[in-house]
Amino acid sequence: MNGFKTPYPDYDVLEKWDTPSWNPQTRAVVRRRLDQVPERRFLTEQEWQLLEAVAARVMPQPDRADPVPIVPWIDDTLAANRGPGYRYADMPPMREAWRQGLAGIAGEARERHGRNFGELPAEVQDALLGAIQRGETDGRHWGDLPAARFFSELLLKQIVAIYYAHPAAWNEIGFGGPASPRGYVRLGFDERDPWEAGVPDV
Amino acid sequence: MFERITEPRARDGRAPDVFRPGAWMPMRCHADEEEVDFAIVGTGAGGGTLAAKLAEAGFSVVAFDAGPFWRPLEDFASDENAQGDLYWTDERITGGADPIQLGSNNSGKGVGGSTVHYAMVALRFRPEWFKARSKLGYARDWPLSFDELEPYYEEAEESLKISGPVHYPWGRRRRRYPRRAHPMNASALVLARGAERIGIPWSPVPLATLSAPRGMAHPCVYRGFCIYGCSTNAKQSVLVTFIPRAIRAGAEIRDQAMVGRIEMGKNGRATGLLYHRCGVWHRQKARHVVVAGYSIETPRLLLNSACAQFPNGLANDNGLVGTHLMIHSGPGVWGEMDEEIRSYKAPPSLAVTEHWNYHDEGKDFHGGYAFMSGGPLPGGWAHTLIGARGLWGMALRQEMTRFNRMAGLRIVGETEPKPHNRVELADETDQYGLRIPRVTFSFSDNDRRLMEHSIGSMRAVLEAAGARNLWSDRDSSHLLGSCRMGDDPEDSVTNADGRTWTIPNLWVCDGSLFPTSGGVNPSLTIQALACRIGDRIAAMAKRGELGR
Repeated sequence: MNGFKTPYPDYDVLEKWDTPSWNPQTRAVVRRRLDQVPERRFLTEQEWQLLEAVAARVMPQPDRADPVPIVPWIDDTLAANRGPGYRYADMPPMREAWRQGLAGIAGEARERHGRNFGELPAEVQDALLGAIQRGETDGRHWGDLPAARFFSELLLKQIVAIYYAHPAAWNEIGFGGPASPRGYVRLGFDERDPWEAGVPDV
Repeated sequence: MFERITEPRARDGRAPDVFRPGAWMPMRCHADEEEVDFAIVGTGAGGGTLAAKLAEAGFSVVAFDAGPFWRPLEDFASDENAQGDLYWTDERITGGADPIQLGSNNSGKGVGGSTVHYAMVALRFRPEWFKARSKLGYARDWPLSFDELEPYYEEAEESLKISGPVHYPWGRRRRRYPRRAHPMNASALVLARGAERIGIPWSPVPLATLSAPRGMAHPCVYRGFCIYGCSTNAKQSVLVTFIPRAIRAGAEIRDQAMVGRIEMGKNGRATGLLYHRCGVWHRQKARHVVVAGYSIETPRLLLNSACAQFPNGLANDNGLVGTHLMIHSGPGVWGEMDEEIRSYKAPPSLAVTEHWNYHDEGKDFHGGYAFMSGGPLPGGWAHTLIGARGLWGMALRQEMTRFNRMAGLRIVGETEPKPHNRVELADETDQYGLRIPRVTFSFSDNDRRLMEHSIGSMRAVLEAAGARNLWSDRDSSHLLGSCRMGDDPEDSVTNADGRTWTIPNLWVCDGSLFPTSGGVNPSLTIQALACRIGDRIAAMAKRGELGR
């Protein structure tokens, strides 16, 4: 599956920027997300490149000349050491888990295919990530890190949380986006306010 | 929030006025060396509610919170990713066969506690649950009855101006809710349609969000970001209800103040506590200490306060502190509708059936569950698709485009109190040098049978409503127990008043008191307990039963 089709091709949530759906603090938050993509502070250059290649498979954006940035925000979280408030008993602290997990993916790629992950064809990258998701990994490259837990709980969750916090992602799924103070009036089946995405193309 | 708030706001005789941007309200302040009547640790459903009750009864009160004192109107953004400071995100270790997701799932940090990001569901316990062992044959009895708590449920509902239906189909006959029910969104109408078609009752959810103006607060505008903080003040969180009440009655709220230790005197009574604020440890003297940090931080503080006199931690002679931790199991069932649902609008849970809380025939398990309509936002929905179906790549991106047609139900399911589900201290320490908690949880066989049963019930309702391609996921919510109340000092941590058995001026007032979990959201019961404990303390003081 390589094509992507949105049912809401004409919807742009940013058209509401200057309406009562966007309060000043939300504008400030989204403005920073759009305009102030952070520089690399935590990951090494190699880790960054590897994570870019992984994120391009987890959240592929072939339809975009200007893809939604993901890796800079993961790096930002790691630099600030801003965790979710818990870690699994079988996992090391967040920063170590990411370092070990990225090393695991790199090692797994070299072991299986003799090349860097980023140099592999997309189908091979996908197959490798699928194996990691199922926990079918060579333990030597992962240390004491449970590969499947790293993949599902840290890698996938972080990447999609960042992607679906971007207005471009809200547009393609027809999400109303920020809604304070105006909120919504029409709530029932097939009902929508004029400031929501229109009827979807099915 | 755009910027992280790290400095205290409530000090020098004033506190934030939550109803007006940039504004302040006067607040009585106490010096550390001044011995106050009550030092309360935590300002959420338990501690914040109790602070108001005790201040209004004439006691001097200082209530501590480790997090910020928000002004929702100016601080809260409409955004899933920018509101992370609402949650308790200090490091915790989670283990067991079914490790609990903590953080945003169930743990608040900041004045008002988890009520700042809760979904506002305000349900009473089934009356028989207070005597689950005697009347229903499982788990254990509470040391108080529904009759004793009923007036306090009313008090809590009135204090929060709960919006609810004229007639609620379950439980004891009751007075009308203070405010009318909210309109149903499409997600709620799916539950209603399915329930009616299979012949079980449903109801609008009684909610702690305004359906008519109250003072400076407007009615709910159905923006749908409730669990990321309400930026219009319609949500009747403790932050905008009991906290202003407490301050007006003379209580001091001390924000950005992490309590690390309760101090003990030679006479076996608590003398006050140590707290960390602005980079320095302070000592607050108090005649009574109330711990209200919820099911993890409450036992953690009692255990971290171990001393020569109490080497196993405070109130822990029988080893029960931290044990019998419970959650609510939360499997959900989801499907695609022909109609557009757009469940991002309005509070996430607007319709409920408590049928399987009150109807015991045909169950192959003890306990009950309620289920409600769901309303995830995009990031939360993507996490559900990852967790339940393992989707990623273009398959996830394409599936996400069906967001507006999805409808789903999720239970609040009772779990059994088990000694091995517990909070302990890890050797690792946090930014304050305090040992961090290690949480262990595993579902019991009974818990699993309940979840399986509920998935069948939810499928039946969704199918009858016309949903296609059904699938289910696993989740959980809430924390309960870990310092349970009881009638027997050998078998509980506190009595029915939240007073610890071993230290007469040390109290607990939060969800950790629950001996059982019930099948509804706990906040209303926590607040009813806090209202009752407040009245009990005032009555005991009048009779000279509080000790010194």
